Amino acid sequence: MSNSILEGETAGFRQTESAAGNVTVVMSMQQALNRALDEVLAENPKAVIFGEDCGRLGGVFRITDGLQSKHGENRVFDTPLAESGILGMSVGLAMAGFHPIPEVQFDGFAYPAINQIVCQIARMNYRSRGTLPMPITLRVPSFGGIRAPEHHGESLEALFAHVPGLKVVSPSNPHEAYHLLKYAATRPDPVIFMEPKSRYWQKGDVDAADGGSPEGAKVQREGRHLTLVAWGAMVARCLQVAELAAEDGIDIEVLDLRWLKPIDADALVASVRKTRRAVVVHEAPLTSGLGAEVAQLITQGCFDTLKAPVERVTGFDVPYPSGDLEDEYIPNIDRILFGIQRVLEYRRG
Amino acid sequence: MDTLPLPDDSTAAAPPTPDQLRELYSLMTAVRHLDISAVAWQRQGIIPGYAPELGQEAAQVGSGYAVDTSRDFVFPTYREMGVARAMGVNMVEYMSTHKATWHGGLYDPMKSRLAPIQAVVAGSVLHAVGWAHGQTLDGSDGVALTYFGDGASSQGDVHEAMNFAAVMKAPVVFFIQNNGWAISVPTERQVAGGCVAGRAAGYGMPALQVDGNDVVAVLDATRHAFAHCRAGNGPVVIEAMTYRRGPHSTSDNPGRYRSLDEERDGAGEDPLRRFRERLLSEGLADEPFFAQAQASAATQAEDIRAGLEALGPRPGSEMFDLVFQETTPVLQSQAASWREESEHV
Repeated sequence: MSNSILEGETAGFRQTESAAGNVTVVMSMQQALNRALDEVLAENPKAVIFGEDCGRLGGVFRITDGLQSKHGENRVFDTPLAESGILGMSVGLAMAGFHPIPEVQFDGFAYPAINQIVCQIARMNYRSRGTLPMPITLRVPSFGGIRAPEHHGESLEALFAHVPGLKVVSPSNPHEAYHLLKYAATRPDPVIFMEPKSRYWQKGDVDAADGGSPEGAKVQREGRHLTLVAWGAMVARCLQVAELAAEDGIDIEVLDLRWLKPIDADALVASVRKTRRAVVVHEAPLTSGLGAEVAQLITQGCFDTLKAPVERVTGFDVPYPSGDLEDEYIPNIDRILFGIQRVLEYRRG
Repeated sequence: MDTLPLPDDSTAAAPPTPDQLRELYSLMTAVRHLDISAVAWQRQGIIPGYAPELGQEAAQVGSGYAVDTSRDFVFPTYREMGVARAMGVNMVEYMSTHKATWHGGLYDPMKSRLAPIQAVVAGSVLHAVGWAHGQTLDGSDGVALTYFGDGASSQGDVHEAMNFAAVMKAPVVFFIQNNGWAISVPTERQVAGGCVAGRAAGYGMPALQVDGNDVVAVLDATRHAFAHCRAGNGPVVIEAMTYRRGPHSTSDNPGRYRSLDEERDGAGEDPLRRFRERLLSEGLADEPFFAQAQASAATQAEDIRAGLEALGPRPGSEMFDLVFQETTPVLQSQAASWREESEHV
């Protein structure tokens, strides 16, 4: 894989060179996503980025910062403020041979576009018998944690994952963000790319030359006693939990699911076959959340060896609360540790 | 009504030749015959359902005839059989949607220049805007023609589409067939202000309201609109005033919401008979021509019926194979289970 974009442009980024000779650069997820989009535009003349404030402003999170001035107003442009229009327009652009990379400014703003996403984007390849593919990469700043107004902290993965014809992915750190976005934005099918907005400004090592497989789940920390399954912003929290648990001699594996559709069932089963215990953590409400799907896949594949039922540590079945209460809502370290404790202390009746 | 002037364009303004007028009549006759036949086929159990366009032949054939299939693209609803026929789409493949063979129809949208049949009311209007903006980005001169009705004009997507198109100066012709009825609700209880074309001024777009039962007027308006778009002047609204003479669908019962007298009064003159009288009075066609057009229409409908009856169901594997370009392990697994557990294989 090329790391051309990083060559000669690493001023301001802290670099290290690995034993294998790969250059690792420290950058934030916002910078990693911006780099990925810059490269996608450079590599595919049919890729176009658009949405509310994506152009001159560079997006409210600056993910498209500088891309309009570099690639031109035909490649990166602002649209009127209407999400159904943005997604409906994406369908027509895809039919005209483009690779649209629209942005919905916040998760909750996808709701006005649901008809176009579910009834049109997800079905057009099927309806047209494969003659009108929908290579649409929909970027959605997602999840909570930034004290934002109402409808700015939603977790829509279960909703999107339930729709036939959509794929859903969420990166957990800058390295994943860079590689998963580059991969998603070159696929011939619609991908909902859920960016954990609370992690935009966290820095991490990005090895542009070596991303590993962009498909499936990824073990972010190996362990023997229990598997924590998470995605997006919850992966970093689970890694913190694993460090704390290690002090008590509990060796936790953290599986970053990455792709929420299709879910990497093989990776789930491989991990939990080894650890025999699992807790799935997500910000979305409990009922009919993706944790239920994960728990079923683990149960199906590991029933004979499971030491305890799969636990779920999730948001609650309430509307996403105001900033003052969001720390009560989002799974915190204590609640995850309690979930781990319930699994570890489980005894067959 | 012509709320904003369109630029003069001598090629667009050229009236149809006598040969073209006769072709338009033949097309309208074929569409009328197929439409009536399709309702009969539904009653006979050959197809499970159909959305008739009886009375809208002039609006559909006149506008579809203006399309240049080498560069334009058309976005239909579920009631554009006459447009498809005028564009030369394979009619067995088009009608297959009504046989419940495949939702979007079996025709190839890219080759036909006709998007798949759209069941969501106003669902494809925004697609036309996106496609048209793509022409601008590509430097092409193709025009998107999108159809919808008076009922669909109530949908927010129509507003978003018109606003986007006007802001981006996208080459889109918004073609409204105002047929008086959205299933059971008449236009006066659907469209505030009395007409959809009147809204165009709010978006700074020219609009043409035409007699949708006059095929030549519809063709003329559509050609003007295409010329306007191709010249880079942005979108145009055409509202063709017509009448849905039949039911909304073969499941509908108009007797519950309108009387036969109201139907007769509202429908006005039959567009096909009206065109026939015009051709006769202008000496452009005679009785043998009309008889030949009718015989040809009957033969075409019979061929389409035979083609539809010969269509078997699609292989069930297509349910799985056509979801994605790049399939997923879970879909492959479900397809394998279906193959193993189905009695039909």
